Amino acid sequence: MKALHNFLEKNVKPSFEEGGKFEKLWPVYDGFETFLFVPGKTASSGAHIRDGIDLKRTMNTVIMALIPALLFGMWNVGYQHYLALGMDATFMQEFLFGAIKVLPMVVVSYGVGLGVEFLFCVVKGHQINEGYLVTGMLIPLIMPVDLPLWMLGLSAAFAVVIGKEVFGGTGMNIFNPALIARAFAFFAYPAYMSGDSVWINTSVSEGQSVVDGFSGATILGELATTGETSYSAMQAFIGTIPGSVGETSVIMILIGAGLLIFTGIGSWRIMLSALAGGATMGLIFNAVAPYAITEVQQQFMAVPFWEQLIVGGFAFGIVFMATDPVTGARTNTGKWIYGFLIGFLAIMIRVFNPAYPEGVMLAILFMNTMAPLVDHYVLQANIKRRQKRTLKTAEG
Amino acid sequence: MSDVKKIKRGVDIKLVGEADKEFAPDKSVKTIAIKPVDFHGVRFKPVVKEGDEVKAGTPLLYHKDSEQVKFCSTVSGEVAQVVRGAKRRLLEIRVIADENIEYEDFGAADPNSLDREDIVEKMTASGCWPFLKQRPYNVVADPEKTPKAIFISGFDSAPLAPDMSLLMEGLEKEFQAGIDALKKLTDGKIHLGLSARETPSPVLANAKGVTITKYDGPHPAGVVGVQIAQVDPINRGETVWTVNPEHVAIIGRLFLEGKFDARIRIAVTGSEVKERKYHNTIIGAPVANFVKGNMTEGKNRIISGNVLTGTKLDDEGYLSIYERQITVIPEGEEPELFGWLLPKTDKFSISRTLPSWIQRKFGDKKYKLDTNTHGERRAFVVSGEYEQVFPFDIYPVQLLKAVITQDIERMENLGIYEVVEEDMALCEVVCTSKMPVQSILREGLDMMRKELG
Repeated sequence: MKALHNFLEKNVKPSFEEGGKFEKLWPVYDGFETFLFVPGKTASSGAHIRDGIDLKRTMNTVIMALIPALLFGMWNVGYQHYLALGMDATFMQEFLFGAIKVLPMVVVSYGVGLGVEFLFCVVKGHQINEGYLVTGMLIPLIMPVDLPLWMLGLSAAFAVVIGKEVFGGTGMNIFNPALIARAFAFFAYPAYMSGDSVWINTSVSEGQSVVDGFSGATILGELATTGETSYSAMQAFIGTIPGSVGETSVIMILIGAGLLIFTGIGSWRIMLSALAGGATMGLIFNAVAPYAITEVQQQFMAVPFWEQLIVGGFAFGIVFMATDPVTGARTNTGKWIYGFLIGFLAIMIRVFNPAYPEGVMLAILFMNTMAPLVDHYVLQANIKRRQKRTLKTAEG
Repeated sequence: MSDVKKIKRGVDIKLVGEADKEFAPDKSVKTIAIKPVDFHGVRFKPVVKEGDEVKAGTPLLYHKDSEQVKFCSTVSGEVAQVVRGAKRRLLEIRVIADENIEYEDFGAADPNSLDREDIVEKMTASGCWPFLKQRPYNVVADPEKTPKAIFISGFDSAPLAPDMSLLMEGLEKEFQAGIDALKKLTDGKIHLGLSARETPSPVLANAKGVTITKYDGPHPAGVVGVQIAQVDPINRGETVWTVNPEHVAIIGRLFLEGKFDARIRIAVTGSEVKERKYHNTIIGAPVANFVKGNMTEGKNRIISGNVLTGTKLDDEGYLSIYERQITVIPEGEEPELFGWLLPKTDKFSISRTLPSWIQRKFGDKKYKLDTNTHGERRAFVVSGEYEQVFPFDIYPVQLLKAVITQDIERMENLGIYEVVEEDMALCEVVCTSKMPVQSILREGLDMMRKELG
């Protein structure tokens, strides 16, 4: 390891430093070097010892938390495919089929996103930040499997540029970049992002065909159109249902949530309060269901509140997207409010507006906008408390 | 019965290298240095030049904005050198010490029979005044002001902190005399904070004329700022003074014996020190007295003070006036292959992303930490991190952002008067984005002081 470091220092680094051949590419070199080696930088002011954590480790922990959902997603893509075609397949066949579909999405997401990010850093002479490491993994997981790769790439590029870089890069953005990617794809290519035909890959080779009565709709798609679903709650919980690549399995998401909460990286306050918010809205719908206008809506509203929480992208959204510290509320009190409203709005949007079968994306984006306001009022309360105390001592 | 306050937020970072509870043989102090850099924000005027003979208690410098406040030599001898740095900034005044210290005579007096003016006069003339620090701003106290209270933290909860019982042993009379003098300086109370977890120093626990509060919790429970926030937080327009117990004893000696006798005790700690013991010494002593030939091989960092708030010294440096320990830890200049990825057990973290938390939680893991920052500076990304180790009703990140954006009103609203650097030291340690928290806060405090005085 020392030899490798010496080799870099001697033979590679000089050509990227000032006056070197590739001095413009310094941020890229620096990015790679700090990826390989945590620099031997010592504390120069203030505390002499520092926590072993850095942004790279934080981001890496989130990626690890996403792995169960990713692996399950790969298998489920294959499973749904063979199910739709009415074919028997082994576990490995299903997994391999899914991997062949999903891995290119991951590669394109990282390739395009990091490429754009590197470009920005080189042009502006900034250090490369770790922010995209998580975004790059989130994007393929919240897209339908049949989304053309070029659309995925374009969404990733849009997310990096408009979602992040225009605000000043990692830590400065106001919207969750991965959701920006999804929102972009959703509004630019609605035919590829919603409906009944995008969630399951039904590509057939010769002699194969889709089974009779195949629908391909997601649970929420079914509920919004008919008020009923053909899937059981157990299936939704395990995740053997159609949907975006990583969102289907509540179990796998819970494993990820466990890791995030355990390590202290993800905010349990946001997750818990979002769950409470979703449940509250679900209960309200349950109570008022008989008064809904159409029969479909009556049935949709009557779906038990806990079932609302395990279908669609709700779980994935509140665990991995709502907890983004940059775009969420930053105060602990604010997190309770922020999370609660995300859950509340997500269920409300999904039931009231059949054009958006999944409300969690819009709920989070909306609350991203509102997060600074929530924090503002939390801070105001603190400021008022302090002013009151000052007044009291001045009088007393 | 004294009150017990629970401090919930904070963390004890247990390090290798606690000092044995025994004293090393006394070593004579050949030179001392008074370091203007220890007194932030003071504009100095030197009153001695090289070659002058001084006694213990002879002024070396005075405070330009408050001329009666003198900074005095702690030994008798000859002024050896006035060390200046860039832009002629005063760095050190070194004095070669006589074998037997001669003292300036300020006259013994019972503080109970003196009035405030006499006490201020005695303390400012003798060099005892700079022990008093003022909040807001964390600067040497202004004798023109009357604080609403004086706070003394009677225990140190920082990593490897010395045991106050040993530092104060046998100083009952001096400490009490010091307290009697301080009582005259404020219209309010003298608050003394003691640990609820350990047996407090009997010298402190038995002091009269103080209001004792006990604190139960991890570091920063022993930091005086935390205690102020619990008992009587600082509001806009108010002034509070703080002082260390060992310095109260020096003030006491001034009144008992009429001299500036700046002998103190310190602990020499840290994983890289071979013989970790307590030492009898004098303020301004050279650090070489304690660490020369007493460190392990390799590149080490010598810190005057603890690892959270101390200052870095080279091996020819001198002990800072407000510190009660020396810590030596290894420098961490080695780049680490995939250091951000590997589950190492030799790093400390308040998150559970490193396996060392298991040993921390279930064992009595002591860390041997080096000075590596374990990552590079980034923008604020993670939230809720500082709050875990910051027991104040203040939003720390938002306060720092107000400083960065130089928003005076917001800084005031968010409570900058209530904190000084050491209160936020743990925030700096745990920061994922490696923000220089203490120096940002210092900038804010300086800005406020300049604008509002």
